[in-house]
Amino acid sequence: MSGAQTEDVHKEPSMRLQKDMIGGHFQALANAKKNGKKVVYTFVPGNLAELLAAFEVLPVLPEINALQSGMRKKSGMFIGEAEKLGHSEDVCTYVKCDIGMLKNGNIGPTGEKLPDPDLLLLSYTGCFTFLKWFELLRQEYDCPIAMLHVPYQADGKIEPGHREYVVNQLRTEVIPKLEEVTGKKFDIDKLREHLKLSVQAEDDFVAVLESAKHRPSPIDSYFGGVYYIGPMFTSFRGSEAGVTYYRALRQEVEKRLAAGVGPITPDGPMGEEKFRLVVEGPPNWTSFREFWKMFHDEGAVVVASSYTKVGGLYDRGFRHDPENPLETLADYCAGCYTNLNLPQRIDLLCQYVEEFDADGLLINSVKSCNSFSAGQLLILREVEKRTGRPGGFVESDLVDPRYFSGANIKNRLESYLQMIDQKRSVGVSAAPGMPHSKVDVEMGP
Amino acid sequence: MSKMSQVNALVERADALYRDADFTAVQRWKEANPGAKAVGYLPIYVPRELIHAAGMLPVGVTGHGDIEIIRGDAYFQSYICHLPRSVVELGVSGRLDSLDGILFPSICDVVRNLSGMWKVMFPDRWTKYFDVPQNFDMEVGGKFYRAELNSVRHDLEELGGKPILDDALRASIAVYNENRQKLEALYDARSRKPWKVPAWESYLMVRAGFVLPVEEHNALLDEYLALAMARDEKSKDHIRVVVTGAFCEQPPVEMIRTLERAGCYIVDDDFLLGSRWLRQDVNAEGDPIFALADAFLNHSTSAPSKYQEDGKNGEALVAIAKEKKADGIVFCAPSFCDPALLDQPMAVAAVERADIPYTSFLYSENTGQFQVIREQAGTFADSIRLWSNS
Amino acid sequence: MRVFIGVDLGSTTTKALILDDAGEVVGRGITNSRSNYNVAVAIARAEAFIETLFNLLARRLRETPALADVEERLRAALKREFRMEQHLQQLAYLRKILVETASDSRYGERASLMVDAIARITDTMVAGAPKRFRFSRPPTEFFRDLASGEFLELAQAEANASNGAFNFDTMAGVFDKAILKVENRGLDLSFSANITPALERCLERFSDKVGERASTVWDLVMDISETKLDVASSVGTGYGRARLPFPKKQIRSEILCHGLGAHTMFGATRTVLDIGGQDTKAIQVDADGIVTSFQMNDRCAAGCGRYLGYIADEMNLGLHELGPLADRAQRSVKINSTCTVFAGAELRDRLTMGQKREDILAGLHRAIILRAMSLLARSGGVANELTFTGGVARNSAAVKALRALVKENYGDVTLNISEDSICTGALGAAIFAWRTVHQEGMAT
Repeated sequence: MSGAQTEDVHKEPSMRLQKDMIGGHFQALANAKKNGKKVVYTFVPGNLAELLAAFEVLPVLPEINALQSGMRKKSGMFIGEAEKLGHSEDVCTYVKCDIGMLKNGNIGPTGEKLPDPDLLLLSYTGCFTFLKWFELLRQEYDCPIAMLHVPYQADGKIEPGHREYVVNQLRTEVIPKLEEVTGKKFDIDKLREHLKLSVQAEDDFVAVLESAKHRPSPIDSYFGGVYYIGPMFTSFRGSEAGVTYYRALRQEVEKRLAAGVGPITPDGPMGEEKFRLVVEGPPNWTSFREFWKMFHDEGAVVVASSYTKVGGLYDRGFRHDPENPLETLADYCAGCYTNLNLPQRIDLLCQYVEEFDADGLLINSVKSCNSFSAGQLLILREVEKRTGRPGGFVESDLVDPRYFSGANIKNRLESYLQMIDQKRSVGVSAAPGMPHSKVDVEMGP
Repeated sequence: MSKMSQVNALVERADALYRDADFTAVQRWKEANPGAKAVGYLPIYVPRELIHAAGMLPVGVTGHGDIEIIRGDAYFQSYICHLPRSVVELGVSGRLDSLDGILFPSICDVVRNLSGMWKVMFPDRWTKYFDVPQNFDMEVGGKFYRAELNSVRHDLEELGGKPILDDALRASIAVYNENRQKLEALYDARSRKPWKVPAWESYLMVRAGFVLPVEEHNALLDEYLALAMARDEKSKDHIRVVVTGAFCEQPPVEMIRTLERAGCYIVDDDFLLGSRWLRQDVNAEGDPIFALADAFLNHSTSAPSKYQEDGKNGEALVAIAKEKKADGIVFCAPSFCDPALLDQPMAVAAVERADIPYTSFLYSENTGQFQVIREQAGTFADSIRLWSNS
Repeated sequence: MRVFIGVDLGSTTTKALILDDAGEVVGRGITNSRSNYNVAVAIARAEAFIETLFNLLARRLRETPALADVEERLRAALKREFRMEQHLQQLAYLRKILVETASDSRYGERASLMVDAIARITDTMVAGAPKRFRFSRPPTEFFRDLASGEFLELAQAEANASNGAFNFDTMAGVFDKAILKVENRGLDLSFSANITPALERCLERFSDKVGERASTVWDLVMDISETKLDVASSVGTGYGRARLPFPKKQIRSEILCHGLGAHTMFGATRTVLDIGGQDTKAIQVDADGIVTSFQMNDRCAAGCGRYLGYIADEMNLGLHELGPLADRAQRSVKINSTCTVFAGAELRDRLTMGQKREDILAGLHRAIILRAMSLLARSGGVANELTFTGGVARNSAAVKALRALVKENYGDVTLNISEDSICTGALGAAIFAWRTVHQEGMAT
């Protein structure tokens, strides 16, 4: 979830570290076939990083490719191509961006061609589109597909039967197919070792997220957050590299915390922290920096976000459990943010507003993603009602440049922040000295 | 009454049920059955047998294209389909007050999230998200699905205050088997003699089953089919098409008429697909929950909301087109419908491979204008006729 | 004199509003936003300053007992002469630019004929000015509209008379180029620059009535003319506010300004609905005029004023004719979609089906207001007094539909519509400017 950006931008040292990690991963992918490595395409939410590591296969995450294409300003062209091929204007642009990239030689962010998959691991978690996405990819690749259906937390909890269903699928569908593709026997102890590494990184990751409770917050939990979740939500969970990264990140954040300074943004260190926001919804990738700058310019820091929970709610206590390797994978998959029901999402966002002492909830409603977007207007109203703090609403898309209007978003964001500001100063600006202006002036031409 | 006016009276009755946004038929049923409960369900499929066996009336809630939407729009961005808007409008305006509970089946993220919205908006009403497996192994997905069925059964028992006995469930399965047979007979007749059984009438007849008790619906289907087949209508020079994509949010019946008037006999379709979800009788002997699960996993129709295990998306559509001797296929999906529109490129590819002509357009349940569709369908029909005559 | 200015830079019009130290509105200016925002702001402000000075003058005249018998007529006449003087200044400049433009070599031999025609046309326009400004209600149009109406009519006659030497379209093209320059040049149309000749003419016309009091009047007007309006603070708002040459802290969002402006006009209002050309806003305010929540329409322009514009174009009607026509409907046709993309096709389709224009229009207005009702619901509904602002608030059929739908959904709620609703945002901005000085004690 990191951006390929030019060097003149301000970066935290951990961002450089992450860039190297990602570069290494894409290098490994480029050489996969040469080195006899197997490649598995799968999705971010509820991904089985530790299981894949136990089989020593390399993951490719199409969502990451799509958002990278968005940041590199290529998504518009890719989406256009997919639409020319008959894909509807109405559907998810991640899918169309991926299809367009595929039709253009499947060149990854480092300029090298991505290897074809040896297996499509369709982890159907929290997003209906995933299912169709891999059905579409399957038409392109002659490779096996493994379906892992993760039931929805319809009643606000992971039912024992749901856990059992997922574990059964791991046993009868996912693991056998991984064995078949790699020719390796499943080694549960190896899986445990990777899970142990996950837990270490997860503790540091949570410390980073929690640091935003301080004033000023040393991190931005949305724009900066997408960097912080990068390794954890992708191929580096359960790896030594992941552990190292999160240790370094935590130290870096703790240093800023001790110094009482805010986050570093691409446009320089954050100035005075004027607003603390909770943000719901994924970011826009095509104008990521422009979007972030709007917050930076207004002194608005995002102290908590739901997007940084699409790969799990570690901050609410979830940790991978090496003692119950398959069950913990099931709980992980079912516990991702987009697999929560609406009442759970409302509860969580209210908790964030209160625990992080935010000024209010801002929703970035994304056209592509119905899993996030359908119902957001109700979420907004409920969170406003329960917390008594004002909500804001802006609209954009993940990677469709046609659906990002900077002026429109800026207008709404400014209006929202000014509204917060005005509400704060209620005591000052009320009744005394209020002019009782009547408009009774004779108008000339 | 003449046969002609008899059939018209039936169609008029079904049309009135279709247009009635107040679910008066459900209210009447409850008045006639004091203390009995009604349970709604959204598209596509729920096992209505469970509701029926609990002594309740299953009621299909598939939105409404003809009511003014204010509060429904307040909750949804412009890029979300129309169905949830009208469903919310029906709910907040009190038109669904006759329903004691409602089921939201797993079909897409919009309906999924709507289930949670309903819990927030109507905390006192029984609201359940009905998840269905995408793994079709009886020991894996089947086990999960049986647990889901038992969970619905348990909730319905609580709602009704009495157990649902296996015998009752088996009896319900039998009466719904009858319903499925009659619906098949209707579709079969339509395919054979579409000039006697127009698709728009057939649609209304199927739709009547969304608010009528199944026994009454069975009788209606029999009566209608007999009268329709006795009509003195002649075949016209129409092309035969299969319509696909309209399984969730429903097109206005005027749109179906428009297609027919434009020269297309609709010899099969996926309108109101839940009614025809199970493609054969459910075993009415033995463990009824097992039987329902077996039917779902092994004998249900192919649909874009369902994982296509074999990767042959669109092949089922091609098979139907061939079986029904269709000249062409009409892809007709609601705007912003993820399942239909994400699936469409694959289905189109299959149709192209089979060399079947097709056309496509979008609608929404409140589409009021059909001029463009009329022209497009007319051109499609003309081109096929020209092509086959040359 | 200390004043406080609010400027609302909208996509169609730019408004400036001036408050005095007591918080009373003393002047307002409005102009079309055109392509150059800076010029638009300058003109709107200048207009507001002029209004302010005329208001001051009115006060002073009222306070001078010796002029009691002529005060009112004098003031009205002076204003008319002043407006005429501004008009003449612009006409003179227009004439100069027209001649320059027509002299372009590309018109070849036609140029001299066109220049002659332009001279005749502008002479006629100058000669007609007194009639327009003195003897009838002063025109309310902007100079552009006024001049173009007159010029094009006369140009048509000249073209007809030229026996094909030049045609109307060429003249119209010359005018379009010239008027842009006139608008963007920013002539000095201020009070002090134009009042002297206006006053001279005025005193001459009223010499028998004013008599020897002329020198009193003269001194008084000159005194006003020299009054320095000291801008203590200004605040800008509107969609183009980012382009205003104001420091950031003097910029407020139009949501806040609209809320405060509406609250100032109607103290009991808790909800504001603004339907403009480009967007629709639903705003909730508390008892102090502080915005508590707001919603704007999404990317889709369905339901905005722009939609009515399409419909008017499609029907070959003026925008202002839609409402009255819809009001004549016997029944309202049900329109499901207010999608601008399909507006034309839907309309033609319905007309061919034999539906009546007024019935379709009534349905369209209801459909637009339905969208607005959704936005209102989204922002939190209508609790107490609803204030309706924006261009669409001037459309009687839209108001009728809103009234009906608000009653259906929220019961008997007072619906406020101000004649001056166009200045709502500028009023809010001016109050913010006033507050920065009076409440925070800091002048900017």
